[in-house]
Amino acid sequence: MNTFKPTVLALTLLAANAAVRADDVQVAVAANFTAPMKEIAAAFKKETGHVVKAAYGATGKFYAQINNGAPFEVLLSADESTPTKLIDEGAAVAGTNFTYALGTLVLWSSKPDLVDDAGKVLASDAFNKVAIANPKTAPYGAAAIEVLTGLGLLEQVRPKFVTGENIAQTFQFVGTGNADLGFVALSQIMANGKIRGGSAWIVPGERHQPIRQDAVVLEKGKDKPAVAALMEYLKGDTAQAVIQSFGYEI
Amino acid sequence: MFLSETDLQSIWLTLRLAGVVTLILFVVGTPIGWWLARTRSRWKGPIGAVVALPLVLPPSVLGFYLLVTMGPNGPLGQLTQALGLGLLPFTFWGLVVASVFYSLPFMVQPVQNAFEAIGDRPLEVAATLRASPLDTFFTVALPLAAPGFITAGILTFAHTVGEFGVVLMIGGNIPGETRVASVQIYDHVEAMEYGDAHRLAAVMLIFSFLVLLALYLWRPSQKNT
Repeated sequence: MNTFKPTVLALTLLAANAAVRADDVQVAVAANFTAPMKEIAAAFKKETGHVVKAAYGATGKFYAQINNGAPFEVLLSADESTPTKLIDEGAAVAGTNFTYALGTLVLWSSKPDLVDDAGKVLASDAFNKVAIANPKTAPYGAAAIEVLTGLGLLEQVRPKFVTGENIAQTFQFVGTGNADLGFVALSQIMANGKIRGGSAWIVPGERHQPIRQDAVVLEKGKDKPAVAALMEYLKGDTAQAVIQSFGYEI
Repeated sequence: MFLSETDLQSIWLTLRLAGVVTLILFVVGTPIGWWLARTRSRWKGPIGAVVALPLVLPPSVLGFYLLVTMGPNGPLGQLTQALGLGLLPFTFWGLVVASVFYSLPFMVQPVQNAFEAIGDRPLEVAATLRASPLDTFFTVALPLAAPGFITAGILTFAHTVGEFGVVLMIGGNIPGETRVASVQIYDHVEAMEYGDAHRLAAVMLIFSFLVLLALYLWRPSQKNT
């Protein structure tokens, strides 16, 4: 037992020492940004020693959680309105919000030949369901509705809607083949700068309002060096290159 | 109106789902409960454990497996397609199948307990009076186990009403088809419609309380039977 106490002491000192140099940052990340965030977090840790603790999910859910005391320090939102709203309500730090990525909407199928490069499949009967993210809460869902409205197909296609609670679930409905088609984020089907499989129509940006994804520092992350470092890092070349490689515009 | 049209629709759908699932489980759960109560097979342990699994498994596990097996490449999905039924996810009947799995222990365990409580004696007496096994089952075992069936029915119904995770994973949130009350509340919260969320949540809370209250008030009389 005698050796136990010094060991605990040594570990405690080690932990305390590490905490001075490297810190944790609690980040709430929009589901569509999951894959790029993992890469960015790894690179950020290598460069600065700070550890990103990320939670991935629907922006609307994060909004509710942040308003009810969730320990997040940064929000990488799927839209621009939620960060603004949080600032207005005093839950986020004014002046820290900026657009870290512009989302690209894509009509995707896990079947290789189903989707043509103009989305004409939407006007046909060749699919069972089309998955979209909940348009009330997810910007990609709202953009999908806008695209369908523009094509004049909204009412025709609506009976075939299945709604994911966020863009990750929407992707899952299509990825498992349960829905033939789905409007997802290009970032979800990209790997190493290429579309991973199936067939896709990258929806031209002029068909919907730009999907501006804003980041913001939350009250709990105010004046914390590691948080400021992450915000700067997101604007830097390394992060921006990762973001672009997943099909986002900047 | 206190609740909106879509809220009422979600409540009606929830009650319909719970009703159908309870009826199906009466039919499916009774023989399983009977067998588990009477058997001396070495399979009693493993089968009992499988029946109890949904009590322990996270709904995400069940939801994930169901989504994959009921999908176009899964065994269940290929079966339903071959039968001309199409795919089950995103349909009312898909939710029924999922809920039958999910609520199975809530039916089987009270039924099994009720059958076990009868013991061998009444059945043996019936046999000496030349009742056939089937006759014994319907005229002796079932009436004696009736309180257990009522408990099982209420618990199954209430548990299906309270289902959320599995429905979220395989439902696709289609109004009138798969958007049950629990999912509707979640939607309200996500859309920051807290007023709507409060109203529907209060309805669910009161309903659940009343169901359990009925169960507990009714239970003491069970001892007299």
